[in-house]
Amino acid sequence: MNEKRRSFRWATWLPLALFLGFFVLVLVGLLRPADRTVASALVGKPMPAFNLPPALPGRPGLDSKVLANGKPHLVNIFASWCVPCRVEAPQLAALARAGVPIEGISVRDTTENLQRFLAENGDPFQRVGADDDGRVQLALGSSGVPETYVIDGKGVIVYQHIGEIRPEHLDLLLGKLKEAGE
Amino acid sequence: MAIKAKHQRLVLLVIALVVLVAAGLLAAWALRNQASYFYVPSEIVANPPRPDRAVRLGGMVEKGSLKTEPDGVTIAFVVQDGKARVPVMFRGIVPSLFVEGSGVVAEGRLGADGTFVADNLLAKHDENYVPREMRDMTSQQARQVVAETK
Amino acid sequence: MIAELGLAALWLAAALAALQLVAGALGLTARGAALGGAVRPVAAVQGLLALVAFLCLIQVFAVTDLSVKLVALNSHSMKPLVFKIAGAWGNHEGSMLLWVTVMGMAGGFVALIEKRLPEPTMLATLAGQAFVSLGFYAFLLIASNPFERLSPVPAEGNGLNPLLQDLGLAFHPPTLYLGYVGLSIAFSFAIGALVTREVGPAFARAMRPWVLGAWIFLTVGITAGSYWAYYELGWGGWWFWDPVENASLMPWLAATALLHSASVLASRNALRAWTMMLGVVAFSMSMIGTFLVRSGILTSVHAFAVDPERGTFILALLAINIGGALTLFALRASTVTEGERFALVSREGALVFNNVMLSAILGIVLFGTLYPLVAEAMGAKVSVGPPYFNPMSALFALPMLVVLAIGPLLRWRRDKFARIGKALVIPAMLAAAAGIGLVAMGGAGMGGVALLPLLGLMLAAGLAWASVLPLRDRNLRRTPLPVWGMVTAHFGIAVALFGMSCESAFSIEKLVAVRIGEVTEIGPWGVKLDTVEPVAGPNWTALEARLLVRYGVDGKAVRMLPQSRSFWTPPQQTSESALLTRWNGQLYTVLGGEADDGRWQLRLWWKPFVPLIWIGGLLVALGGVLALAGRVAADVRRIVARDKIAYRRERQGR
Repeated sequence: MNEKRRSFRWATWLPLALFLGFFVLVLVGLLRPADRTVASALVGKPMPAFNLPPALPGRPGLDSKVLANGKPHLVNIFASWCVPCRVEAPQLAALARAGVPIEGISVRDTTENLQRFLAENGDPFQRVGADDDGRVQLALGSSGVPETYVIDGKGVIVYQHIGEIRPEHLDLLLGKLKEAGE
Repeated sequence: MAIKAKHQRLVLLVIALVVLVAAGLLAAWALRNQASYFYVPSEIVANPPRPDRAVRLGGMVEKGSLKTEPDGVTIAFVVQDGKARVPVMFRGIVPSLFVEGSGVVAEGRLGADGTFVADNLLAKHDENYVPREMRDMTSQQARQVVAETK
Repeated sequence: MIAELGLAALWLAAALAALQLVAGALGLTARGAALGGAVRPVAAVQGLLALVAFLCLIQVFAVTDLSVKLVALNSHSMKPLVFKIAGAWGNHEGSMLLWVTVMGMAGGFVALIEKRLPEPTMLATLAGQAFVSLGFYAFLLIASNPFERLSPVPAEGNGLNPLLQDLGLAFHPPTLYLGYVGLSIAFSFAIGALVTREVGPAFARAMRPWVLGAWIFLTVGITAGSYWAYYELGWGGWWFWDPVENASLMPWLAATALLHSASVLASRNALRAWTMMLGVVAFSMSMIGTFLVRSGILTSVHAFAVDPERGTFILALLAINIGGALTLFALRASTVTEGERFALVSREGALVFNNVMLSAILGIVLFGTLYPLVAEAMGAKVSVGPPYFNPMSALFALPMLVVLAIGPLLRWRRDKFARIGKALVIPAMLAAAAGIGLVAMGGAGMGGVALLPLLGLMLAAGLAWASVLPLRDRNLRRTPLPVWGMVTAHFGIAVALFGMSCESAFSIEKLVAVRIGEVTEIGPWGVKLDTVEPVAGPNWTALEARLLVRYGVDGKAVRMLPQSRSFWTPPQQTSESALLTRWNGQLYTVLGGEADDGRWQLRLWWKPFVPLIWIGGLLVALGGVLALAGRVAADVRRIVARDKIAYRRERQGR
C-alpha cells in the first residue's frame, strides 16, 4: 500500500516534467530567430550593379553608381502593399529630417499605389527605383520587405537591417551611418 | 482477469505509462524515418538522400531553365544555389509566384538518375507566408546565385 | 468614441477579473468569507464588459473606422460587410479579444447557473478562471491593444488576406475559439476541485455539460476547417497535418478523453485523479495550440504574422497557467483518495482503454508537431507530414475503434465477453465481408486497396452496425437522450471513417492541359472545357473556366465554374475550385495556368463518398448536442423538482 502511494506520487509530477520539456524547447525555438537575422552575407561587399527605372514621374530612378558618390546612403526596399512599411514610415521620415539621403527601391508595385502610399505615409525618398520583378531585391540578398541597407561613400554595404525600422533602431542606424561616413 | 483490488490504481498507471512510453518511442523512431529533411542543391549533390526518402529541396530557379513538356502540365527546371545544380521535374499547377530567378522549395524525392521529382512546389507566396527555410536561404545563397547569373 | 468605450470596458473587465480573483481566494479563508458573496456577480459583470468591448470592436470594423490601427491594417472600405465584421477577429488582437470575451462570458455563465458544487469549490473555480483571464487581459492591454488609434488617419485600409476572405473561414475561428476557451471552464473546475479536494460524481456532473459544449464547438470547428481547407486550398486533400490543424485537433483529443473519463467519474466515481489531469491538459492543449500558431514558431499555410515578442508573452502566460496548474495537480492529486474499483472487462475498462489510446494519439500529434523544433535545435531542418502522422495515429486509432464497437455494450463494474459475444457476430461478419470483398476486388485486377484504407473500410462497416447496438432491447421512446447522443456520435465516427477510407482508397486524380472544346475523362465523368473568360468581383478579378461535365455516357451536362482569382488588396492569387456533389461522391475541379500553346491546365479529382467525412463529423457533433440537451433537461427537471419539494416543505412547515 505504501509502495503504491509512493509510486503514484512521482507519477503525478510527470505531466509537469513533460510540460517543462516543452517549455524549454519552445523557448529555445523562440529566441533563436532573433539572432539569425543579424548576420548578413552581403555586409562588407560592394553593392551589386543595377540601374532601376523611375517608379514615380518626375523623380529619378535608382542607379547603383550614384550610391558611390562619396557620401553614405540609406537604401530602403519597400512596397505600398507591405504592412510593416507603414510602420517604419515615421522612422524614415525622422532619418530624412536628420539629413540622411534615403533611396527607395519599390518592389512589385504600381505608380498609382505608390503615390497614394507616399501621400499617406510621407515621402522621405530622394530617388525611387521600380523593381517590378523583384530582381534587384534578390540581388541585394533581401528576402522580404521592408529591408534597409546602409551604404558607405564607396558603395559598400555596411549594414543590412531586416524588417521594419522601429524607433529603437534609429540610434543603431545613425551610428552605422556615421561609421560609414568615416 | 482479476486484479488485486488494492493495486488497481498502480496497475492502471503502469498500463497507461507503458502505452504512452511505447507511443513516444514509436513516434521517435517513425520521425527519424519519416521526417522530411531540407536540402540545398550543394548538399543534395554532395550527400544524396536515399531515393525513396521524402525530402525538400530549396534554391533558386535558374534563369532560362524552365521548360514545359508537350503534355502541358509537366514542367522541368533547374534549382541551384551557386555551387550545384539539380534538375527538377514537377507535374501540377505551379504556384502563381513561381518564376525563373525566384526562390522555391520543392517537396518530393530524388530519383535514381539525379532528377528531383517534386510532388509540391512552395513559391514565395506573399509577405505573410515565407517557408521558414527560404527566409534563411535567400539571404545566404542569393548572393552567390546572383554572382553566378550575372 | 466607440474605440475608447471598448478600451474602457476592457480595462474595467480586467479590473473586475482581478477583484474576482482576490475575492475568490479570500472567500476561501475564514476571515474573508464575506467577500465570497461578491464573486458570482463580479464574474457575470466581467463577462458582460468583455462582451461590450468585443461588440465595440465589431462596430469599428463594420463602419471601417480607419483611425483605429487594427482596422487600417486589416480591413478595407471596399470589402463586403460580412467580411468587414469577420475582419474583427481575423487578426491577432481581435482574436485575443474574442478569446477573453468567450472566457469571461463562460465564467459569468457558470457563476450564474451552476449551483450544484459546494460553495468553496465554486469560489476556487471562479478564482481560477479569473486568474487565467487576467493573464490574457494583461496580454491584450499591454502587448496587443486592439483599439489603438492611428495618426494620421490613412485614406484606405490594407485589406485582409484574400485566403481569409471566405464565408466558411470567417466563422471558423470563432467556432473553434468557443471550443478552446470553453475548455477553460473544465480547467478551472479541475483547479477548484484540486484546491478543495472535492472530487467526486457531483464535480464530474457539474463539469460535463461544459466540456460537452466546448467539445461540440471543437468538433464543428474542426469539421468546418477541414472542409474549408479542402475546397479553398485547391490541393484536393481534406487534412494536411498542418500545425494549425493539429493545434485544433489536440484539444479535441484531450476533450474527447475528458468527456469519457468524466462519464466514468460521474456514474462510477472512479478515475478521479486522471479526470482532473485531463481537465488541466485539455485547456492546456488549447493554449499550447494557440501559442504555436500565434507565435509563428511553426510556420504553416495559415500562419499569422510572426512576432517573437508576443510569442514570448504568450509563452510566459502558458508557463504560469499550465505550470501552476500541473504543480497543483502534482501536489494534490496523490492525496485525492482512490475511487471505486472495477474489473478490466467492464465499461470502465473500455473507457480507460479509450482514454489511453486518445492520450497516445495526442502524444503522437504533439510530438510530430514539435519535432521540427527539436530537429532545428539539433541543427537539422525537417518537416513532418502524412507519412509520419497517418500510420502512427492509425496504429492507436484502429484498436481504439475496435474497443469503441464493444465498450458501450459492456456493463459497468464487471462483465464477460461471452455475454455480449452474440451481439457482435453481425458487425464482425460485416467487417470480414468488407475485407474479403475488397481483397477479391483487388485480386480481380480492379485496383488493390492499401492496408490502412482497407482496415478503415472493414472497421467502418463493423462499427456502423455495432454503434447502434446499445439501442437494441430498449424502448426507443424511453431511451434517454444521452444514449441517443452516444449512439449518434459513434455512428458518425463510422460514417466519417468510411468517407476517409473511400477517399484514400478510390480517389482518382487527373492533371491535363486541354484546348477549349476538348473533352477529358476522369472516372465516370466526361469533362469538357467550354470557355475561359475573365470575371470581376468586389476586390478581385479572375479567369473563370466554364466546364460542362457529364456523369456516365448519357448523363445531363452540368456547368462548373472554377476560377483563378487575383486579389489586389493585398496582391495575391488564389485558385477557387469548383465542386459538384452527387450522392456517391464529389467531382473537384481546379483551373491552373495557360500553357504556351493556348491549352489550359485543369486538375480534376473524382472522390467517391468524400462528403461522408464531414457528414460524419457533423453527426458526431449532433451526438454531442443530443447528449448535452439530455443532460441539461435532466438538470432542469431536477432543479424544478427540488424547488417543488422545498416549496412544499416550506408550506408544511407553516
